[in-house]
Amino acid sequence: MTGSLVKPATYDCRQAFGDELMSLARADPRIVAVCNASVGSSNLVAFRDEFPDRMINVGIAEQDLVGVSAGLANVGLIPFVSAAAPFLTGRALEQIKVDAAYSRAHVVLCGQSPGLAYGELGPTHHSIEDLSWMRAIADLTVLVPAGPAQTRAAMRWAVHNPGPCYIRIGRFPVPETSPSNGGVEFVPGKALWLADGDDVTVIAIGTMVSRALLAAERLRTEGIGVRVLNMASIEPLDVQAVLDASHQTKGIVTVEEATVTGGLGSAVATVLAQEHPTPMRILGIPRRFAPTGNTEFLLDYFGLNTDGIVHAIRQLMAADGR
Amino acid sequence: MLAVDSSRAAAFIAARNGHAREAIDTIAAIRELARKVRLSDLTMIGNAKLGHIGGDLSVADILATLYAAVLTIDPREPLADDRDRLILSKGHCAGALYATLAHCGFFSVKELDTFAQPLSALNGHPNRVEVPGVETNTGPLGHGFPVAVGCALGARLRGITNRTFVVLGDGEMQEGSNWEAAMTASHYQLDTLTAVVDRNRLQQGARTEETKQLEPLQDKWVSFGWDVREIDGHDYEQLLAAFAPSTSGRPVCVIANTLKGKGVSFMEDRVEWHHKVPNPEQIEDAIRELSA
Repeated sequence: MTGSLVKPATYDCRQAFGDELMSLARADPRIVAVCNASVGSSNLVAFRDEFPDRMINVGIAEQDLVGVSAGLANVGLIPFVSAAAPFLTGRALEQIKVDAAYSRAHVVLCGQSPGLAYGELGPTHHSIEDLSWMRAIADLTVLVPAGPAQTRAAMRWAVHNPGPCYIRIGRFPVPETSPSNGGVEFVPGKALWLADGDDVTVIAIGTMVSRALLAAERLRTEGIGVRVLNMASIEPLDVQAVLDASHQTKGIVTVEEATVTGGLGSAVATVLAQEHPTPMRILGIPRRFAPTGNTEFLLDYFGLNTDGIVHAIRQLMAADGR
Repeated sequence: MLAVDSSRAAAFIAARNGHAREAIDTIAAIRELARKVRLSDLTMIGNAKLGHIGGDLSVADILATLYAAVLTIDPREPLADDRDRLILSKGHCAGALYATLAHCGFFSVKELDTFAQPLSALNGHPNRVEVPGVETNTGPLGHGFPVAVGCALGARLRGITNRTFVVLGDGEMQEGSNWEAAMTASHYQLDTLTAVVDRNRLQQGARTEETKQLEPLQDKWVSFGWDVREIDGHDYEQLLAAFAPSTSGRPVCVIANTLKGKGVSFMEDRVEWHHKVPNPEQIEDAIRELSA
């Protein structure tokens, strides 16, 4: 299960996003791409060249971006709305709530370069609040794929799901953690069980999944069994997998490249506090604007790395021993 | 989702076809629909003890003209692929929209009695998930126009030959998102799109020009690349002429000069009737005046 985890190659999910969108568009004339001037940063240049009429660019106007997309959905098209995650979710938050979610429009909101991906560009360009904001909106599916294969699978699922969804498209390079690049079916509300262990469970999303697996591998050599779940579907959450973990292991660590005020950790804690109180460590970004630094630096700065996850697991083991 | 009123819908369609075939007096049909809408709306707001009576009465003639004589729609098939789309961006005037839809047969007129009551489909702002004929949910201002732009653009991409209308409040033109949409529509030369501004010159609390100046409004639209038609928004002949399709290749903006509270003399052009609720005597007086 964990033997082949450390692959030398790492991937920016935007390549998978662009390739999958082309492949979907070739098969289905309803699919269009909508962006806010972000053709290059969304990796949509090839799409624009092959489907010039189906590449709708509303310019730097995010409110219009989401509203126009709801209108495209109204006439039976399936818009993949692509913009930098901080601007898509922050500037157009009310459009996402009203025009997409409340109106139940079939729009696929693709948040590019989420989390700390924009590193040195600073907190204006960081998208660490998006998961909290999106989770709070009814009728909106919220997905955080862990790598290229899962990104593609989530996009294929989104074409067939008639409602609105938000998909985080990672930019920070990650190793592939899915079993294969093709044919994987995405099932919302279903966690992927990536590593076995009976001591502690780590529930991870996005860029943190590969790091959670490395932490599990390191602790296995010390005889500590770590279960690793990839909870790519935050809304709906795999409640059963969370409860199983709380019954079968001694504690739960959640880890996300997002603020701890309202994302994955909060979702898991809400289930556990009411159903089966369980010791937890919630790893993420504290309620603070990040200092200057590139993504790798900032992830280390906030302890969102293998060492940080190992430390949290040890804390839970120690607490259990008391 | 509310059920269609089949007999009223059939009568509505027969009357619409009648205008075309037998030159039935179109203006009379619009006037009659507008009268019913105003009367129902007053009753709804009186019962619910909430609503936006002033703006409902200013937009009533615009909606009645569109539904009675312009839109290609069939209340029996509210989701037909090639229907014309009408979006009420000034969603707080849901009362006028509900009354119009009901009198066209999209759902039962009796349903209007439930307006704003617990668990009614007829919320204070329109919800497309529950109310047939509503294209997108509006309420916060500056939302309907971008959605209408998407409808017009999407219809062109799909090869659907229909028209899209969006009805905006004038105060709503203070929202930046509307000007984003205005730029997008002219950039894409969406000549099947008509934006109607209900120019009643009042918004909550004050005149638009005192709150944040809109004038020169026509110049603004022209500079954004629109074909602008400024008319009396209570004159049915002018409304009909203004709603004729674009011949310029550009989207059309109709600035409809209206009176807030139109039809009820003690409400007309008075700022307090933005969302003041008439008492039973005032409702009675208003109904008497509209029925005369």
